Amino acid sequence: MEQKLAFLLFVCAVTLGGCAIEPWVKPYERANLADPIMSFNRDPVSASYIHHVYDSREGARGAGVATGGGCGCN
Amino acid sequence: MNNLLSGNRLSLLLACFLSFAVVTHVDAASVKGQAPNFTLKSLGGKNLKLSEMAGNVVLINFWASWCGPCREEMPLLNDLHKKYEPLGFTVLGVNVEEDARNARGFLKNFPVDFPVLLDNKNQVSKKYNVIAMPTTVVVDRDGNMRFLHKGYKPGDEEKYRKMVKKLVRE
Amino acid sequence: MKFSIWRFFPVLLLLPAILELQAAVLPEERVDLLYHKYDGGGVTIDGPSFLVRKNLGESVSVGFNHYVDNVTSASIDVEVSGASEYTEERTENSFSVDYLRQKTTMSAAYTVSDENDFDANTLNLGISQDMFGDLTTISMSFAIGDNTVGLNLDGSEDFSEDTKVRSYRLGVSQVLTKNLVMAFTFETITDDGYLNNPYRSVRYCNDPACTGFSFQQEAYPETRTSTAMAVRANYFLPQRAAIFAGIRVFEDTWDIDATTYELGYTFPYQDEWIFEASFRFHDQTKAEFYSDLFPSANAQNYLARDKELSTFTSTTLGLGASYEFGRSWARIDRGSLNLQVDWIDFDYDDFRDLTQAGPVGEEPLYSFDATVTRLFASIWF
Repeated sequence: MEQKLAFLLFVCAVTLGGCAIEPWVKPYERANLADPIMSFNRDPVSASYIHHVYDSREGARGAGVATGGGCGCN
Repeated sequence: MNNLLSGNRLSLLLACFLSFAVVTHVDAASVKGQAPNFTLKSLGGKNLKLSEMAGNVVLINFWASWCGPCREEMPLLNDLHKKYEPLGFTVLGVNVEEDARNARGFLKNFPVDFPVLLDNKNQVSKKYNVIAMPTTVVVDRDGNMRFLHKGYKPGDEEKYRKMVKKLVRE
Repeated sequence: MKFSIWRFFPVLLLLPAILELQAAVLPEERVDLLYHKYDGGGVTIDGPSFLVRKNLGESVSVGFNHYVDNVTSASIDVEVSGASEYTEERTENSFSVDYLRQKTTMSAAYTVSDENDFDANTLNLGISQDMFGDLTTISMSFAIGDNTVGLNLDGSEDFSEDTKVRSYRLGVSQVLTKNLVMAFTFETITDDGYLNNPYRSVRYCNDPACTGFSFQQEAYPETRTSTAMAVRANYFLPQRAAIFAGIRVFEDTWDIDATTYELGYTFPYQDEWIFEASFRFHDQTKAEFYSDLFPSANAQNYLARDKELSTFTSTTLGLGASYEFGRSWARIDRGSLNLQVDWIDFDYDDFRDLTQAGPVGEEPLYSFDATVTRLFASIWF
């Protein structure tokens, strides 16, 4: 449990202190990352349904679909 | 495990998280200095040099076909170009993709009147320190950078228009 | 609700659909219409799911999802209990709002689920932030749910119990290279209240020699806390294709341990087609108070015979095809028609098939196959 709290606080510290890091993938290099096939959640309605199928029939739940990546626009 | 995210700890976490959410993000700034010169091939095939535009106000827009806000912005930039071109103004679209076919494909469906240049090796993007998509730089008649805008949200075209209107009067 | 396990609180069903936490741009404006069907183990469930999402101005996005399950169930639990096949309908509606301010997205969603013996209301709040030149996205969300469990049997109209659910979720996604993005997700969920299924029973030996067995009602603890952590990656292959891999580990206070592995391969064909193949393997150990056959009546404080809490594996093979259209249409951005089919094989290690003959406690272990079909159309505008 303490490990988990330590991890979460680490995330905070990194986010607060890391604003000066230079991005190593430039915005104009993100063509592949912006491709829909690279999305973690391309079809949300379909993805949430199949997760529901598993969550209702298995004992495990949580930490389902990831989000992120993408075009980094704006 | 029950206590992990109870009361105090959750508040602490949220405080951490929200503290950087408050940091304002500068998306428009004044820039100084000569606009770095460059020569790029246009979609039409001819080479185009920025210094050839001296005497005109130039709006340089870095864009890519995979970038949603960039696509949204294009017709509005086209309107801006058509309106102020007679007064000595031009938009220069700089496409940053490695493969020109993507730009061609997009423009076939949504054509524009201004020159579109291909920065497929990203040399110009680097020169202009492009750190957002899209990025818009407005250069005055003397070749100085006078306006920089990162990203695009509906309504931003008004900011471009104001700057262009001001600079064409100089 | 009957023998189905729809108590799983609905916001997590719709969370990816309705609460799209991605910073810097609002969720895409779109309309989706899905026909879903699950067929396996004597259970058939199908119905529609409809989603619409629209921007209001430049900073706000609103979404609405309507989902229906039409259930026809003669599952093994129904058959074993001697009950007859039943049908029921479950409806779920969800409304969400996203607010974008610079690089931060704040989201809220409210979901209501209704069936004749189970109601659930859930509120979900989330925040998401882009950082480090938009290479990192951190998102946090938390949800609270209030459910009411009823009993759809003659004489039990007054039966009503409550459960409360709280969940906290943290996600970090990181762009590593031009072609690789990874995501880490952590989620903890706590349920309190009446957690078992009022229709379900456990079985126990009638005598020490266990020559026969009888049923008694399940008894679950009044609380359950679970933690899940997942790592996922998407890698772009040359000539445009993508590989997806993910692992999720799970543990809870009921002593269930589970690991889920996923692998996927997406390959476009020409401009309009995207094909997908996927594989999933789920491995779990049983809850501490689960048993297929207890030695006697009231053998322990907590008793369960829900196969969902047993030791089992599930293996899935999935195939999908997507056809894109409308890139040059005036009114829309693009559209797609999609078909996805998944074949799931459930294999139980300590849940026995009582519809088959065998000495008490040595009936064949249960296993079944299910086919899940998703047919849907999406339009982005």
